[in-house]
Amino acid sequence: MSTATETIEGLVKQEYKYGFYTDVETDAAPPGLNEDIIRLISAKKNEPAFMLEWRLKAYRHWLTMKEPAWPHLKYPPIDYQASCYYAAPKKKGDGPKSLDEVDPKLLETYEKLGIPLKERERLAGVAVDAVFDSVSVGTTFKEKLAEKGIIFCSFSEAVQNHPELVKKYLGTVVPYTDNFFAALNSAVFSDGSFCFIPKGVRCPMELSTYFRINAANTGQFERTLIVAEEGASVSYLEGCTAPMRDEHQLHAAVVELIALDHAQIKYSTVQNWYPGDAEGKGGIYNFVTKRGLCKGKHSKISWTQVETGSAITWKYPSCILLGDHSVGEFYSVAVVNNFQQADTGTKMVHIGRNTRSTIVSKGISAGRGQNSYRGLVKIQKSAAHARNFSQCDSLLLGNKCGAHTFPYIEVKNTTSRVEHEASTSKIGEDQIFYCNQRGLSTQDAVNMIVNGFCKEVFRELPMEFAVEAQKLLGVSLEGSVG
Amino acid sequence: MTNQPILEIKDLSAGVEGKQILKGINLVIRPGETHAVMGPNGSGKSTLAAVLAGREGYEVTGGQALYQGRDLLELDPEERAREGVFLAFQYPIEIPGVNSTYFLKSALNEIRKHKGLPELDAMEFLTLVKEKMKLLELNEDLLRRSVNEGFSGGEKKRNEIFQMAVLEPALAILDETDSGLDIDALKVVSQGVNKLRRADNAQLVITHYQRLLNYIVPDFVHVLFDGRIVRTGDKQLALDLEEKGYDWITKAELAGAA
Repeated sequence: MSTATETIEGLVKQEYKYGFYTDVETDAAPPGLNEDIIRLISAKKNEPAFMLEWRLKAYRHWLTMKEPAWPHLKYPPIDYQASCYYAAPKKKGDGPKSLDEVDPKLLETYEKLGIPLKERERLAGVAVDAVFDSVSVGTTFKEKLAEKGIIFCSFSEAVQNHPELVKKYLGTVVPYTDNFFAALNSAVFSDGSFCFIPKGVRCPMELSTYFRINAANTGQFERTLIVAEEGASVSYLEGCTAPMRDEHQLHAAVVELIALDHAQIKYSTVQNWYPGDAEGKGGIYNFVTKRGLCKGKHSKISWTQVETGSAITWKYPSCILLGDHSVGEFYSVAVVNNFQQADTGTKMVHIGRNTRSTIVSKGISAGRGQNSYRGLVKIQKSAAHARNFSQCDSLLLGNKCGAHTFPYIEVKNTTSRVEHEASTSKIGEDQIFYCNQRGLSTQDAVNMIVNGFCKEVFRELPMEFAVEAQKLLGVSLEGSVG
Repeated sequence: MTNQPILEIKDLSAGVEGKQILKGINLVIRPGETHAVMGPNGSGKSTLAAVLAGREGYEVTGGQALYQGRDLLELDPEERAREGVFLAFQYPIEIPGVNSTYFLKSALNEIRKHKGLPELDAMEFLTLVKEKMKLLELNEDLLRRSVNEGFSGGEKKRNEIFQMAVLEPALAILDETDSGLDIDALKVVSQGVNKLRRADNAQLVITHYQRLLNYIVPDFVHVLFDGRIVRTGDKQLALDLEEKGYDWITKAELAGAA
C-alpha cells in the first residue's frame, strides 16, 4: 500500500468537529405517525383549518406512495413509525420576544457552531432565522426588512400572520403529491422559513437560516417558501450542522422558490449534517426536495450547494423555467467520505422560449464514499431556442470510493442547444508529491487541490460562506487524501 | 562559512518494486559547487533525484545521504523541502484551479515558518515575486493562472526555476531541466540558474545531454552507469562524452565487468 493512500485514509478519519449535544428539555410527541399526530402538530401550532386539511390530504396521499427505489443508495429500511414527528424546545410563557429571552443553552449551541447570533446581527448585517429542533428561536433585523415590505419569518409565524400568502403559494412548486418525502414533509412539517420580497424590492442583506437537529430520534421536516415578486431580488443562505448521534435520523425538507417577472432568487446552502462515524454508524438521512419556479419572464433562480454532511443525501434542487427568457443555475459541490452516500444533482425543465440553464457539479469521493450525479435536462417543445450547458466533474481520493454520473437529456424541439461535459480524475500521488516537494504538508496539499477543483462553485457563494465552505471541505476530508 | 558538505551520499542503494537501480552511489557536494550527473537512459539519474527528494515508491536498500550533516532519508518530503532541498521536476505537475501565486506563497511561508521567520503578507510576497520574475523573463500573467495548467513545455520549466528563485533552496536538484527546451528557452533557464548560484548553496544538475552544461558550467561532472558513478571529472568529461557518446563509457564498463 502506498503511503499516499494511507495518508488519505488518515485524513478521512478526522472526527466530526461539531458533535455535541445540548441538554434542553424537549416537548415531544410520542413516536409514530397517524392522523392524530398530524392533528396534534397542527393544533400545537394553532394553525388555521386550511393547513390541517392540507396536511391530512398530504398524509393520506403519502400512505399510497412507496419510498423511491431508483437512487444509487443503500440503507436499511426506515421505520417511519419509530420516529417522533414533533419536538419543540420548552418555552416559558409565549415564546421569546427577543434574543435576550431565548434559552441561553440554545444560544450556547450556536456559539459552539461559530454562529453567534448577536455577532452576526451587529457585524455581518445578516438576518438570521434560526431553527432549533423545528421551532424558530430568534429572528433578527425583522424591523429593518419590514420597512421595505419584506417578510422574513418562521413558517409558523407566516401561517399566523400572512395566511393568505401561504395559502396562495404553498405547494404550488412542490405539490404534496410530488414524491414520497415531499408528501411526508407536507403532512408533518414543523417549521421552517418564509420569505416574501414585494414588487421592485431588492433585499438589502443576505438572508440566512441556520438549522440544527437536536432531540434524539426526531426527524426534522422543515418547509421553506420564498417568493420574489416582479423585479424583486434576494440572496438566501442556508447552513446546517448537527450534533453527534448514534441512531440514524430522518430529515426530509422541502424548499419552494417562486420568481415572478424579472425577479431573481439566489439560494445558497452549506450542508453539514452529522455524516456518521468512520465505520458508517449513525449519520443523518437527508431526503430533500428543492425546486424553484421561474414563473415570470426574465426571472432567474440560482442554486448553489456545498454538501459535505449526512450519511445519505438525496437531493435535486431544480428549476422549472416557465417564463420566457428565464434562467436557471445549479452549482454544486458534493463530498462523500467514509461510508457516506450521495445521489444528488438537478433538474432543469425548459418550458418558456429562450430559457437558459447552467449546471456545474463537482463530486468528491473519499474513503468508501459513493457519489452519484443525477441530472435531468428537459427541453419541451414550447421552449424554442433554449440552451443548456452542463459540466459534471468527479474527483476520487483513494481507491475504495466511487463516482457515478446519470445524465438524462430530453429535447423536444430542434432549435435548442444542449451541451454536456463530464470528467473523472483522481488526486494523483504526483500532485501531492509536487506540493510536498515545495514544503506543503499532504493535508494542505489535498485541501488546495480539492478547493481548486471546486473553485467554479465556490465563487458563486457569498463571500463569507465561501470561506466557511472551504474550511468545511478541509474538515470533511481531513485524513482522507493522497 | 564552514566547509561542511551540503550533501554527502555514501554507498547509496535504492530500487523500485524490488528492482535494484542505484547500486552504491558516492557523492560529496560542498557549498558553492555545481555538480552534473550524466548518464545514458536507465542509468538511474532520475531515481537518484527521486530518492533524494523522498518520492514515494522508492526503497532505499543501503547506504545513507547526509544533508548538512543530518540523515536526509529519514525526513518526509515536505520536511526536506522546508530544510532547503528543491527538486526542479522533469515533468512539472499541473494542479487545476490552484492559483500559482497562492501556491507559491503558501510554499514560501511554510519554509519561512520552518526557519522561524515571519510569514510574508500578500504585498510583500508580490514585491518579491515581481523581482524574481525578471530573472526568468516570465510574463506576470502566469501568476494569475493555475499551477502549470496550460503552460507550454518551456513555461513549465521556467516556472520551476522561478519557484527555485523564490524559495532559495540550499540544494537544488535539476532533473533534466533541459529536456523539451528550445535553445532560447534553454539560455533563459540556464542564466536564471546561474544567477542563483551562491557561495552558500549548491546545485545538482541531472542531464542526458552535454549542451545544458555549455550554459550551466559544472565544477564536477559524474557519469552514472548501471546505478554507479563510473567516472568523475570536470567539464571536459562532458565534452568528451558528447564527442564519443555513452558507448565509450558503457563498453569500457562492460569490458571491465567481464
